[in-house]
Amino acid sequence: MNKTAKGPLSRLLAAPHILWSVLFILIPLAFVAFYAFTDNDLHFTLTHISEFFTPKYLGVFLRSVKLAAIATVICLVIGYPAAYFISRTSPNAQKVLVVLIMLPMWTNFIIRTYALSEVLEVINNAIVYLLSLLPESLVPIALDPKPDIVIYNETAVVVGMVYDFLPYMILPIYSVMSKLDYRLVEAAQDLGCNGFGVLRKVVLPLSIPGVLSGITMVFVPSISTFYISNQLGGIFLIGDIIDYYYYNNNHHFAAALSFVLMLILLAGLILMNRFGDDEKEGKR
Amino acid sequence: MNDNVLVRLKGVSKAFDGEPVLRSIDLDIHDKEFVTLLGPSGCGKTTTLRIIGGFVSPDSGDVEFSGQRINDVPAYKRHVNTVFQRYALFPHLNVYENIAFGLKVQKVKKDEIDRRVKEMLELVNLKGFEKRHVGNLSGGQQQRVAIARALINRPKLLLLDEPLGALDLKLRKDMQKELKRIQRETGITFIYVTHDQEEALSMSDTVVVMADGAIQQIGSPTDIYNEPINAFVADFIGESNILDGTMPCDFKAKVAGHVFDCLDSGFAPGEKVDVVIRPEDVDVVDVKNGMLIGTVSGVTFKGDYYEIIVDVQGFKWMLETSDFVAEGQTIGLHIQPDAIHVMKKSEYSGKFGDYSTFSDEMDHLSDVVEEEE
Ligand SMILES: Nc1ncnc2c1ncn2[C@@H]1O[C@H](COP(=O)(O)OP(=O)(O)OP(=O)(O)O)[C@@H](O)[C@H]1O
Ligand SMILES: [Mg+2]
Repeated sequence: MNKTAKGPLSRLLAAPHILWSVLFILIPLAFVAFYAFTDNDLHFTLTHISEFFTPKYLGVFLRSVKLAAIATVICLVIGYPAAYFISRTSPNAQKVLVVLIMLPMWTNFIIRTYALSEVLEVINNAIVYLLSLLPESLVPIALDPKPDIVIYNETAVVVGMVYDFLPYMILPIYSVMSKLDYRLVEAAQDLGCNGFGVLRKVVLPLSIPGVLSGITMVFVPSISTFYISNQLGGIFLIGDIIDYYYYNNNHHFAAALSFVLMLILLAGLILMNRFGDDEKEGKR
Repeated sequence: MNDNVLVRLKGVSKAFDGEPVLRSIDLDIHDKEFVTLLGPSGCGKTTTLRIIGGFVSPDSGDVEFSGQRINDVPAYKRHVNTVFQRYALFPHLNVYENIAFGLKVQKVKKDEIDRRVKEMLELVNLKGFEKRHVGNLSGGQQQRVAIARALINRPKLLLLDEPLGALDLKLRKDMQKELKRIQRETGITFIYVTHDQEEALSMSDTVVVMADGAIQQIGSPTDIYNEPINAFVADFIGESNILDGTMPCDFKAKVAGHVFDCLDSGFAPGEKVDVVIRPEDVDVVDVKNGMLIGTVSGVTFKGDYYEIIVDVQGFKWMLETSDFVAEGQTIGLHIQPDAIHVMKKSEYSGKFGDYSTFSDEMDHLSDVVEEEE
């Protein structure tokens, strides 16, 4: 193909994509930005933006960061070995396991979370019941009124995030690992690495891109989630606040919160990818 | 006690999915030897190497290293290093880090690593490449990094799986010399896998010819070439005319209706045998002086000689001659006693060594010659 023929053609092929991006990404973003910096009379203002940084909302934001970070770390701790394990099974087993991992993603996440809240309720009751069987002196908490051990608290929120977003950690890591050239593993063994050495010196560094995208894909939806926190934890995270103001006709404040959250996430992502590039180029 | 046997395979067999890939391999490899495993694709060369390296465990039989059975020793504990087919360099590390890998694993001191990497880079002619990314190196350079990465560990044994397979002819020749030099200088035992017979003959102390998961012949390059043990080896190593014959008595072989003097003995009178005659060992003479008479059916100019196909009673011979003969010409063939190699019949008899199937390839080649005339 020569360039003169390719130019207009590829531009033509890209047109739907560009149109899509403009209509559904750029214009809405512009609206968010516009609303974030205006008041009800559409006059320019920074009050909404600056309100994000008041202790009240900053506290909610930091709590969101904390829970999302914990959930992300747990997903990584569970997801990395899981992905490694899947990538080492036979090709047929891999197909089955990947489908099993993806299966929950085909269920609506609201329904999944709702179902999880029922499950946690049952587990909570079971724990309370088991505790009630023990002699009273051994039980560290009061059983009446019924305590919330694994539900309606931060633990439940983290469980919910892990439950809902774990596949997004496993799949990108698995995808990188399944493409990993097995001869590199053998080369490392040949040069004296035992199983752990192979993992640390070859598999881990080569799977960093998958880990980074897994972290992104778990952390971003976790920090901005608005249903999990409410349904499972009975607490408000930054996503719930945005949701609340949006439905209570304070679009400007909702937009301002979204906007700042977005900028912070963007900065975080850029920083992380910088780190990933360094890793790839070698540290020497 | 076999003084200097480094590796010994004893009745090693291996099957994949019920398909036998190695059939009871027995092989001794001596210290400081350059041994080549040679054979067609799929004959089990790589599998043999991987069994020695510890990446595949044999179904039966023993692998011994310096007299110790090592069947159950994992790869990372063996004093063996491998240069993998297509290198398998670590893409996340630069040249220095790739070469230093094995020493770092062994927790060798930093300044010693520095010194030895430098030494290796010198040995493989890659001085100044330390910081280069392995992805940006040429095939030949990657090759040399792979060799340095293995050699730096000073293994007793180096396994090389078709290490030059991906290189062009010129680079291949250079690397062959370089590898041979490295082997001589370091005194490390090399087991070298290739399916290029020229490479095998020019580099090795010992050649192991394999086919269908079994060793056909073990010997020095000259032995293998001059005294092939069966039709397969004769055909695989160089060009050969392989004919059905009989041994009426010792030192006589009857081929194509003519009784030749030969140097072989020890066959039963009248025993059916395979007879190998190399193309360069036949003299083209006048019809009246010929032991056999044939018609030239193809001529290919090869630079310093002509390769001709001669039809003798329906069997097509390949010959090499320095004098031009024309297609269609009738010529005589004269064969000295030492050019006749008699072999026992084997499962490979009758499968190789007739150049009538060669004619397709010959046709278009001889067309070129005709046009030049
Ligand atoms: N892991 C495996 N699983 C199944 N079959 C295998 C495996 N490894 C090798 N084989 C089979 O064993 C046979 C011998 O393979 P091997 O790689 O040893 O051949 P080779 O002589 O090295 O050939 P080449 O010159 O093509 O590299 C082949 O038929 C191959 O398909
Ligand atoms: Mg092979």
